[in-house]
Amino acid sequence: MKKICLSVGLLLSLMRVGYTQPLDKPPYEPRKLKVDEINLVSSYYQQDGNKSAVTGGIGTEYLTDFAQSIDLVLKSTDAKNRQHSLAFDLNIDHYTSASSDKIDPLTVSSASRSDTHIYPSVSWSVHDNDRRTTQGVALSYSTEYDYKSYGVNVSFAKASADNNREVSLKAGAFFDTWKVILPAELRPEGYGSGAHGDTDPVDYKPRNSYNVSLSLSQVINKRLQVLFTVEPAFQQGLLSTPFHRIYFQDGAETVERLPGSRLKLPIGLRLHYFMGDRLVVRTFYRYYIDDWGMQAHTINLETPIKLTSFVSVSPFYRFSHQTAVRYFSPYGEHRSTERYYTSDYDISGFNSQFIGTGIRLAPPGGLFGIGHWQSVELRYGHYTRTTGMVANSLTLLAKLK
Amino acid sequence: MILQSLKTLSLVGLIILGLSGCTTVKEYQKSRINDAEMELSARKSEKFEQNFYLYREGAAGANGGKSGGGCGCN
Repeated sequence: MKKICLSVGLLLSLMRVGYTQPLDKPPYEPRKLKVDEINLVSSYYQQDGNKSAVTGGIGTEYLTDFAQSIDLVLKSTDAKNRQHSLAFDLNIDHYTSASSDKIDPLTVSSASRSDTHIYPSVSWSVHDNDRRTTQGVALSYSTEYDYKSYGVNVSFAKASADNNREVSLKAGAFFDTWKVILPAELRPEGYGSGAHGDTDPVDYKPRNSYNVSLSLSQVINKRLQVLFTVEPAFQQGLLSTPFHRIYFQDGAETVERLPGSRLKLPIGLRLHYFMGDRLVVRTFYRYYIDDWGMQAHTINLETPIKLTSFVSVSPFYRFSHQTAVRYFSPYGEHRSTERYYTSDYDISGFNSQFIGTGIRLAPPGGLFGIGHWQSVELRYGHYTRTTGMVANSLTLLAKLK
Repeated sequence: MILQSLKTLSLVGLIILGLSGCTTVKEYQKSRINDAEMELSARKSEKFEQNFYLYREGAAGANGGKSGGGCGCN
């Protein structure tokens, strides 16, 4: 009995010593910035159709886009045990667009018949585990032949004490500039083509976009979680595309004209459920409305199936329905008395479907004997819409850790 | 119409808040919730798909994709 009492006493004193360790010393040593994750994404996209806005709602929509992306995430822990993340993201798209030849059939060097779109971004965030907060800021830039964009985003998120709920707020602004390239036959006297080597002047117009995103995520039970997002956005400036032609009922021709501002309200709901041991059901619904008269409903269902612990297959299906903006009419159907007009089928009324599958491999020792190569994912999708446009998309993702 | 949307939004918000009272899930019970496939944001491999929806469909936003920059006008 004495031995038991002595042992218990000794244990209690050891525990007391443990609890009375000085608290002013942080439990973790500050860790320097080091690479945490690298993602490499390659993507190929091709579309075809016969309702190009460049030629007023008729003509080829053939387009190819080969995209490369690399993002690098670096992490460190400071003396207050807060985790800092620094992320660099570089995206390069090289695209060819058959309809862009039609902007200026004489020079063919116009706007972006073949162009490279580069958009790097850098972001920094701090996660405080004690306060359960994450705050961050991001800067972005985007450049194409006739378009430049500067963006800034700030974000703040706060999790509940049990980490089952998180509220996050993001705000972003993009300050863009258009080079106003007009169709060849609609250029005023002395107005430039915008092509390299043409010294005649062209106009530049601004387009600014502002958005706020409020999200609430909630763990419902051990298998189910939801995310609710509201993302109002406001745009102002040149919102029409200057080289989109319009043909009126009387045969007259002009360029697309749209209001100088647009207010959008998309509302999204995600619901993810882990069914059994091998199946995850990822659902997404979005309702959208704007002040140009468009409404849309989008549903997305994806069901990753874990064939083994290291291999999963993810079939997916997406359906979207949108109504036309009130300024839309097909080729040759606009009246010259209208104030605004567009024949761009991207903002017409249609249903679209996107169906495909992804496969993901993530063996524990890394891929092909490379320990840092954590996973690879291949994804293919086929897109159709009721305007007659079809598209195919193939994406390859490699993750290194 | 905007008012109608706000009503829908409030309704969904209330449903979520109602659901939030269901169960308290402890950290050690989150093996399935923390699975990579359960991540609530869109995955990296979906990034370019979201870009093309943004360019090819008028309705954009609220899905974690790109929300500005670049005209997408061809």
